[in-house]
Amino acid sequence: MNRLAKFGIVVALLFVFVAVFAPWIAGQDVGLTDLGRRYLAPSSKHWFGTDATGRDVFARVVFGARISLTVGLTVVIVSSIIGTLLGAFAGYYGGWFDRIMSGYVFNVFLAFPGLLLAIALVAFLGAGINKLIFALCVIGWVGYARLIRGQVLKVREYDFVQAARAMGAGDFRILVRHILPNAIQPLIVQASLGMAGAVLSEASLSFLGLGVPPPAPSWGVMIEEARDLSTLQIAPHVLFFPGLAIALTVLAFNFMGDGLREYLDPKQRLR
Amino acid sequence: MKHKLFGTLRRLIILLLVVWTVVSLVTILIELVPGDPAVAVLGDQATPEQIAQFREKHGLDRPSFFFSFSADANGERRFRWNGFDNRYTEYWRGILHGDMGRSFRTDRPVIDLIRERYPATIELAFAALLVAVIIAIPLGVVAGSNRNGLIDNVASVVALVGISLPGFVMGPMLVYVFAVKLGWLAPSGWFEWSDIVLPAVTLGAALSAILTRMVRSSVIEELSEDYVRTARAKGLSNRKVLYKHVLKNGLIPVVTIIGLQLGVLLAGAIITEKIFAWPGIGLLLVDDGINKRDYRVVQGCVLVVSVTYIIANSLTDMIYRWLDPRIRVS
Repeated sequence: MNRLAKFGIVVALLFVFVAVFAPWIAGQDVGLTDLGRRYLAPSSKHWFGTDATGRDVFARVVFGARISLTVGLTVVIVSSIIGTLLGAFAGYYGGWFDRIMSGYVFNVFLAFPGLLLAIALVAFLGAGINKLIFALCVIGWVGYARLIRGQVLKVREYDFVQAARAMGAGDFRILVRHILPNAIQPLIVQASLGMAGAVLSEASLSFLGLGVPPPAPSWGVMIEEARDLSTLQIAPHVLFFPGLAIALTVLAFNFMGDGLREYLDPKQRLR
Repeated sequence: MKHKLFGTLRRLIILLLVVWTVVSLVTILIELVPGDPAVAVLGDQATPEQIAQFREKHGLDRPSFFFSFSADANGERRFRWNGFDNRYTEYWRGILHGDMGRSFRTDRPVIDLIRERYPATIELAFAALLVAVIIAIPLGVVAGSNRNGLIDNVASVVALVGISLPGFVMGPMLVYVFAVKLGWLAPSGWFEWSDIVLPAVTLGAALSAILTRMVRSSVIEELSEDYVRTARAKGLSNRKVLYKHVLKNGLIPVVTIIGLQLGVLLAGAIITEKIFAWPGIGLLLVDDGINKRDYRVVQGCVLVVSVTYIIANSLTDMIYRWLDPRIRVS
């Protein structure tokens, strides 16, 4: 498989590992402030140094992974389930439901650029991790729905589906046992890319103050706190480490998704 | 001919329907606020008179929609018809007259605030586009024509950095290098022409990565075409072949990508403006709107940005259909 994809999978697994075992890896109490030890440079005691209130940056980055994983995983799972259900229904049964879905509903959600709808939702609903997840799911389900709909449209014309129907299989059985297993490969790719997007969105919204509120160690919050000029002048490492964490994680899931897409492409397999 | 006309009409109707839905969603957003928006803005200490006055001024005393399910005196939920004078129609009526309400905080018409700030965002978006194109076209052309050469590998790294570093990471890092360490450029604000450089680079980085890859693969594809061999056989120099023929054909998908990425630019501008305190509509949305609970301003910003995005997408779609002769002729 693609070298970059392997790198992606390794880093992604590392990210999950760090997030799950955060309390054991971090060692120090995440919220422990120590105003006598502010802005310390990285050392053997504080691997990533300390921040504006003396908190250990390494511990915060590690727990930030936990926040990113929680939000990312939840968003991907929920929106992929909703998207798959609606997309499969639209693709299989067609008719007015499909026309409304693909012609109208999809376009409405896609009419909002990027994070704008999520920003608007959180702006009015209020900040907090649950509302953040809700907002990201609202903008996330469409991608999966479109994908699954396309796949179902393609697969339902295949011979083995006609055969199953001729043998008397009901709609539900056909969908679940025949169509969906064949539609699932692009879904995995989409989920991986979706994870990258969700992590990035969580960090972006938290950066704007619309996601996980401080003092939670979200990577986005950490960057927001670290970017003012006085901090940059004396302690750029407070910005650098969460930034690196975000970049690596997003990159990893992107590579993984791209690599999986290449790997699962039947045209490649024939070689 | 009739078939094509039907298709265009159908697309137009769907477009109008989508615009209507988007605008309606924005008008309804204010209903999501938990509690009373008036209290959220005025604070707990406000007197009932102040709250009533505020609600009347901003049209919040009207019912929210044509009908509602409100609890009556017995606590039971009943269907109620509220008539045509409600917040929804009021906001619509206002928009059709160019009135987006008044800011909850400053009482200024929202449309004025937007008119003041929007040009800055447009300038930033175009500057970012310029940065992306200036980087991507030469880099992509050279990388594509010298596959696996040094420039190609450099281009791959640059593209990687562009897509992996989100704006709010790259921006502060650029500020650190160019403003703090080197002192060449200002870290924020918009006072001189050079202040646009860092924000434009930050915003345009991701786009330049995508465009570079696109130009590169486009060039590679075109270079293997027959007409290139013909041109070379005719004796045209390599450079002439590249710029006169390959680039012209290779640019069509690039134009489409740019059109599609406009939305990403608009959304990214929000974050970039926050990083660099760039006085555009994104900063208005975040600082003056959301952080100050000025929901009218938020509504106005979301409305303007989404409608811009829809229009840009439709235009791109039309241009693409017009450009691609296969679609035209069919």
